[in-house]
Amino acid sequence: MNALSLRNLKKTYNNGFEALKGIDLEVEAGDFFALLGPNGAGKSTVIGIISSLVNASSGSVSIFGHDLRREQAKAKSCLGLVPQEVNFNQFDTVKNILLNQAGYYGTPRKLALQRTEYCLKQMDLWDRRDTVSRRLSGGMKRRVMIARALVHAPKLLILDEPTAGVDIEIRRSMWSMMRQVNQQGTTIILTTHYLEEAESLCRNIAIINHGRIVENSDMASLLARLHVEHFILDLARPITVAPVIEGCHIELITDKTLAVAIPKEHGLNKLFSRLTAQNIDVTSLKNKTNRLEQLFMDLIDSNPTGVKR
Amino acid sequence: MNYCIALKTIVTKEIFRFIRIWPQTLLPPAITTALYFLIFGKLIGDRIGTISGASYMDYIVPGIILMSVISHSYANVVSSFYSSKFQHNIEELLVAPIPNWMILSGYVSGGIVRGLLVGVVVALISLLFTDINVNNVTITLTIAVLTAAVFALAGFINAILAESFDDISIIPNFVLTPLSYLGGVFYSVDMLPGVWQTVSMGNPILYMINAFRYGLIGVTDIDIQLSFLITGGFIITLTLFSLYLLHKGIGIKN
Repeated sequence: MNALSLRNLKKTYNNGFEALKGIDLEVEAGDFFALLGPNGAGKSTVIGIISSLVNASSGSVSIFGHDLRREQAKAKSCLGLVPQEVNFNQFDTVKNILLNQAGYYGTPRKLALQRTEYCLKQMDLWDRRDTVSRRLSGGMKRRVMIARALVHAPKLLILDEPTAGVDIEIRRSMWSMMRQVNQQGTTIILTTHYLEEAESLCRNIAIINHGRIVENSDMASLLARLHVEHFILDLARPITVAPVIEGCHIELITDKTLAVAIPKEHGLNKLFSRLTAQNIDVTSLKNKTNRLEQLFMDLIDSNPTGVKR
Repeated sequence: MNYCIALKTIVTKEIFRFIRIWPQTLLPPAITTALYFLIFGKLIGDRIGTISGASYMDYIVPGIILMSVISHSYANVVSSFYSSKFQHNIEELLVAPIPNWMILSGYVSGGIVRGLLVGVVVALISLLFTDINVNNVTITLTIAVLTAAVFALAGFINAILAESFDDISIIPNFVLTPLSYLGGVFYSVDMLPGVWQTVSMGNPILYMINAFRYGLIGVTDIDIQLSFLITGGFIITLTLFSLYLLHKGIGIKN
């Protein structure tokens, strides 16, 4: 069964802006799915419609087989949402935020208390349960939102830029939490601007641009389409002119740094042997950009009107 | 899905909200109305004499109690719902599988409870100045609950349509307070010149105050049945309008 099915979803705002031009999307149960796109592409509108915060102009949404219009309560019961912005009551304690959320989903008090404890411990917030939420740090507030979204044990969790603005350490620990939640059987849809995050966590991906899905495939197939990889090479000794190697595009960035664009079939061994032949020693190598980021930019740049390919 | 738990959660949250901030919600009406009773009821009232056979103090007590019920049931819902909108935590309810009528019931119940609680506080203060023998308990309680419901619903609509904190203070200051004062809190409508009596009949608060006054001290300028009919009519109309706004998502959804 699909966790989510979108059929010809369209949205035109009152000011005439056509945010979605007919979105069709399916997310399988148990998936960790990335929904990516540049700012203003329509991601938030899609999430808003799925979570009933935005009214669709036309089309349908089905969550675990329940149509969002006809079986609203059943469809909504399956869904947990972690929005982009902090939206809990800043004057309430962490524990009350979760207990209220459980109550909104009809969870009996005893079970709500157990689920609250479990989720707060999972998010490493149990010792903060009686803290008034406005006193928490930014990273903790984000974790409160994830714990809140999980307290009614949703089958589908939507994470809308959950790690925006948090430091690397917290981001990594949140990735680990998200993986754990997914492994426990919860389907996750993730939107993020950190493409490394999507590449690291997600198995399937859709890219949305100008209100249309311009790419929808599994992550491995998508990355396999990357024909050219970009590397930065640090050199042991300074050089004055960029070396010329057939099949590669090499630029001199500084006298000890090269930017290399190399076709996948070319192979790094061949590159290094040619550089060695020219008496250029490489001390370190790194990707110029994240692989998914490169693909993402290629897709967006080559498809400025958002027409499905 | 257990809807009773969901409704209980909203109502409990609303009640704890105003109880937690009782110095802002329950204490001020006690002080303000004590001053009303002292200045208007005691100092000035002793020189006015009786209205419809009741002492001036006894005459104004029901109006002041109901005026407090009106302003606080309204204030509770408008401030709570608008704050939720402003902080975006109304989204918690919109995302959850809670039907619109339940969101409305939860907030309105919170408003009714605060209105009635303030009414009880003001009634207790009034006992420091006069003795009240309730004429008809059923009418008194029923009209108090219905009036609180009318203004809790009105507060809900105001909060939904409001786009700024200014918008939630305009109606209480420029509509509710004048209508309350002109609704016969301090005088009998019979004391007004002819044309103003007719104008006053267009003020719904006049009907509610008179029904409450009848329930409390047995004095009224208005037919009680008509008062209940008008109050009930307002409840039905405002409920339907609130549900329409929620259904369309006006003011809360894109």
